[in-house]
Amino acid sequence: MTSNQLMFILFSAMIVVFSILTVTTRRILRAAAFLLMVLLSTSGLYFMLNYQFMAAVQLTLYAGGIVVLIIFSILLTSHISQKFEPVELKKSIFSALAAVAGAILCILTILDYSFSATTVAAQEVNMKLIGKSLLSVDYDGYVLPFEVISILLLAAMIAAIVVAKKGGPAKTKTPTLN
Amino acid sequence: MITGIPIHYFLILATLMFFAGVYGFLTRRNLITVLMSVELILNAVNINFMAFNRYLYPHKMEGMFFSLFVIAVAASEAAVAIAIIINIYRRFSTINVEDAHEMKY
Repeated sequence: MTSNQLMFILFSAMIVVFSILTVTTRRILRAAAFLLMVLLSTSGLYFMLNYQFMAAVQLTLYAGGIVVLIIFSILLTSHISQKFEPVELKKSIFSALAAVAGAILCILTILDYSFSATTVAAQEVNMKLIGKSLLSVDYDGYVLPFEVISILLLAAMIAAIVVAKKGGPAKTKTPTLN
Repeated sequence: MITGIPIHYFLILATLMFFAGVYGFLTRRNLITVLMSVELILNAVNINFMAFNRYLYPHKMEGMFFSLFVIAVAASEAAVAIAIIINIYRRFSTINVEDAHEMKY
């Protein structure tokens, strides 16, 4: 067994175990910590695939940004030591059935399909090339999605501020009519 | 491509992660944990894009850029979702999806 395979097994075992723990643990802060482990292992996989830039983006944006945001909102909205009540047995069984059936179907389809191996030489993905393609208008350029995503980020930022801003005095709950 | 690891391994790994996210999305009641399940699903799709790009089209960069944009969308989605969750908490004092069912302002 080569070191590549060893690293892949390590990362994939971490991803599978921690993603299942993320959705089953009953303490919310632990779920966030497990999600962080999943995202870190995913970044390790990107390093193995030789996409250093994407691995760095994954580390900074997902592990550094989104998880911190989630942890902050957990601290704002729930008590740390609070435990969820266990999921109803019926609901959990049906959800697990749906998930397992879907997973088996997908895995069988994947194993059935033979992906044709390519013989093209791999392209060196370096920072210079990424920057040039992001801002180029050629056939291989991505300037339009780049601009669209920047407008989306601006809109999301403004929307988040407007939505989370403290409004007027909270409306008292009106009695329902029936 | 990585020697000794066929592309199927990556796809199966992403499948397991995706359906773990689906299970969480179906069973969780707390809005923040639902959001975490969605992040799991998006991350699984990103792994697929990167593996396809590296194994089948190593001379192109489409998969990489697509997952870059997916990450940007996920970030903005998380920001807006958490703003909405905090607003719901302020109004209902709970973020349980079954207690906060009233949409009337």
